Amino acid sequence: MVRSSSEAASIPGPHDIERQLLSSGVVVLMRENHASPSVVIDGSLHMGAVDTPAAKAGLARFTASALLRGAGRRSFAQIFEEIESVGASLSFSAGQHVTEFGGHCLAEDVDLLLDILRDALCAPTFPAEQVEKLRGQIITGLQVRAHDTRYVAGREFGKLAYPTEHPYSRSADGTVDTVSALVREDIADFWRQHCGPRGMIVSVVGDVEASEMIGKLEDRLGLGSLPADFAEQSPQEGLPPATALTAIQEHHVHVPGKTQADIALGSAGPPRAAEDYQHARLANTILGVFGLMGRLGDNVRDRQGLAYYSYSELRGGLGPGPWLVRAGVNPANVSQAIDSIRDEIRRLQTEPVPADELADNKSFLVGSLPVHLETNHGVSATILNMELYGLGLDYLQRYPEIIEEVSADQVQAAAQRYLDPEAHALAVAGPQIENE
Amino acid sequence: MDKPFAPLRTPSPPRNAPQVTAAGGDADDGSVLRTVLDSGLTVLVRGMHHAPVATFWVFYRVGSRNEVPGITGISHWTEHMMFKGTPAFPGGVLDRAISRVGGQWNAMTSTDYTAYYETMPAGEIDLGLQIESDRMVNSLFDSDEVSSERTVIISERQGSENQPLFLLEEEVRAAAFRVHPYHHMIVGDMADLQTISRDDLYTHYRHHYAPSNAIAVAVGDFDRDSMLARIRESFGGLQPGPEPRPIHRVEPEQKGERRVIVEGEGQTAYLLMACRAPSATQADFFPLSVLGSALLGDGAMGLPGGGGSNKSSRLYKALVETELAASVGGGMSPTIDPFLFAVTVTLRAGRELPEVEAALDAELDRLLTTSPVTEAELARAIKRAKAAFVYSSESVTNQGFWLGLSELAAGSYTWFESYLDSLTTVTADDVARVAAAHLRRPVRTVGWYVPTDSEKRLDSALQPSDLPPVQPEM
Repeated sequence: MVRSSSEAASIPGPHDIERQLLSSGVVVLMRENHASPSVVIDGSLHMGAVDTPAAKAGLARFTASALLRGAGRRSFAQIFEEIESVGASLSFSAGQHVTEFGGHCLAEDVDLLLDILRDALCAPTFPAEQVEKLRGQIITGLQVRAHDTRYVAGREFGKLAYPTEHPYSRSADGTVDTVSALVREDIADFWRQHCGPRGMIVSVVGDVEASEMIGKLEDRLGLGSLPADFAEQSPQEGLPPATALTAIQEHHVHVPGKTQADIALGSAGPPRAAEDYQHARLANTILGVFGLMGRLGDNVRDRQGLAYYSYSELRGGLGPGPWLVRAGVNPANVSQAIDSIRDEIRRLQTEPVPADELADNKSFLVGSLPVHLETNHGVSATILNMELYGLGLDYLQRYPEIIEEVSADQVQAAAQRYLDPEAHALAVAGPQIENE
Repeated sequence: MDKPFAPLRTPSPPRNAPQVTAAGGDADDGSVLRTVLDSGLTVLVRGMHHAPVATFWVFYRVGSRNEVPGITGISHWTEHMMFKGTPAFPGGVLDRAISRVGGQWNAMTSTDYTAYYETMPAGEIDLGLQIESDRMVNSLFDSDEVSSERTVIISERQGSENQPLFLLEEEVRAAAFRVHPYHHMIVGDMADLQTISRDDLYTHYRHHYAPSNAIAVAVGDFDRDSMLARIRESFGGLQPGPEPRPIHRVEPEQKGERRVIVEGEGQTAYLLMACRAPSATQADFFPLSVLGSALLGDGAMGLPGGGGSNKSSRLYKALVETELAASVGGGMSPTIDPFLFAVTVTLRAGRELPEVEAALDAELDRLLTTSPVTEAELARAIKRAKAAFVYSSESVTNQGFWLGLSELAAGSYTWFESYLDSLTTVTADDVARVAAAHLRRPVRTVGWYVPTDSEKRLDSALQPSDLPPVQPEM
């Protein structure tokens, strides 16, 4: 692929990403962009759903949401009064392994955002009445999602694709029962045990001076300013194995009053660090991403008209996240859609991808970088991931070659290793299907 | 793509405008170059050089607003058919051509418009011009493709029907508009989706898809004059289309509150209050935007780049902080004809619709009597709008959308360019006036979604005994 010099220069790399280690061990990444007077601050820390036992499912997400309910000298109302008054934003969200945070503001308001971020991470107060208010909102959200067919299909898929003892078999949201049973001390203890500088990454992109920003972050997140209990952080434990399925694990969930069925079909996929991750990623792009959703979109949606959406996703991540196909179809078409999805998986496993199709998909993965990296948000999310997965600051410079080297055989092998039309998890949520 | 409460505007192109206008002079200084080609195509071009990307949009002045019973949903279905190919670019070829150079493309249908875009590495953007000029007049509408797309469209509607808020909004709109075509949802009524024919679709396409009924917008890392020349080359040879039929069905004045109830499975109740809102060009639009910001946060202003949290807004404090609701949101968008200012409330488990509506009314009454919007709230709305405009300037796609929308809904891209200036002229008295005019009970429609789930065990588990009492001041 030929790229213009301005395009090449716009790709973040060692020449313009500043990487610094704070005295506390927090890794800071910065990239200046003075095109507009705004700043994006993102980050991640090792505090996630995998750190919670099954009985306390939802605790990590509850804790992350509670960080802004009162922190330092500010109440919940004061935090959002100050953030929203200047058109800024800040939020925390826990996933399986990490809690991510993200915010943006005008450059003139960056100190405010840093102050609140620091307090939320290091000095949350978890006021009892705010914990109760948040609990009510989370439970209402769970009840809403219990009637959302796409959500239910994904949740049931997790139960089928992973062994019961594996944290991925549970939704990070928890259940109404587990969230109802959590108490304020659970949240405070969880924060104390898991929120800390080890493994924390902060990325700052936008209208800032990198040298000045590093000083501001050291003042707020450096060793000298951290509370003692913040530095005491339990290591994350390893995951139990995600054993491969040997047969089709199928579950249809009747969600009353619905007119469309949602399908989730697939298996545990490779972690981001797996050697064949990019092989699987290319296979996934061919299967259900390229253009308007790859071969699945072409077959299930365009040719057969079975679904409004049909695509595949490869989650990757720090553990063996799922590789799954999703589709939303009329209940009468569920069987035909599932058959077609299995056909496409089988084709990917048995037939080498034609050279022109492979070339198109590689070209898409490499060529879409400039569009992904246009905004401060896009750059920040990308360099944060580069650090989280240890890819190196020159990853984007090496990326075209990494993709180019993937062969049709490797794509086929990845599809054979992780997907199986005869052995996978299959969850369907929606109206009762007549032939059941 | 059905975008609830996000419609747009349709005045005919200002043909008496100068042939080419550039707000900031001749240099490529980030100003917008506007021209109307002989074919009637309105063209807007803006150079932006922060990243090596470019976007190309074509807006057609047709949406669900232009539909009559029997063909509701036809604009949206036509949008789907535009991806099925032309003789020059058969189905699938377009998709492959865009994707293999790393581009993104999509389309959206709203009440007032249908829009298509490509966002590409800057050096590839001419492909967008070729595709859009070709499918503006050469789309095939193959009968087999129409048949297979019928089930896709029905599936899209059924997916929406799975969402309680879609069902509620559909009934609220139908109650709020008896005469005006804003009455029906963009995706269309199921009865029409089952009967619309290939000829209906093709007739709709031929009538509305022409350069004289369209706005082309290019934004990105290119030379502005050269881009304009390339657009002329791609679209200059096309013929103007027929004069669009004017929309005569003006909604009569509403004389009394309207109420609808939707019952459905689930455990969660929703309340949707929709008031008559001004069109984008009416004087009340900007004061009502400021009011929306105070009540619901900057997402309520229909701003580019807005949409942060709204936890300091009046209705969040009145409904969510008091544990009556799990969330509240809403607002309005710039539209051609007067549409709706909506407040959507998701009730907390265990709460009842009457008590939540009473609290909402109490807060609105407070606004209209003892606690009008303050100068400080006015200043906050302006600062937040300024921030939102800065964020939006980071994305060529966002800029292309808002310039096109502004030209279509408000008659000129300058509506978007002068948005902050317009907001700055709003006074607290203006806001008080529009609050009194637009939030009156006689001009609103209230919808309740009543869940019928028999599984009420959670209600007893969550008795809100420690809640502060709701004390309406009126």
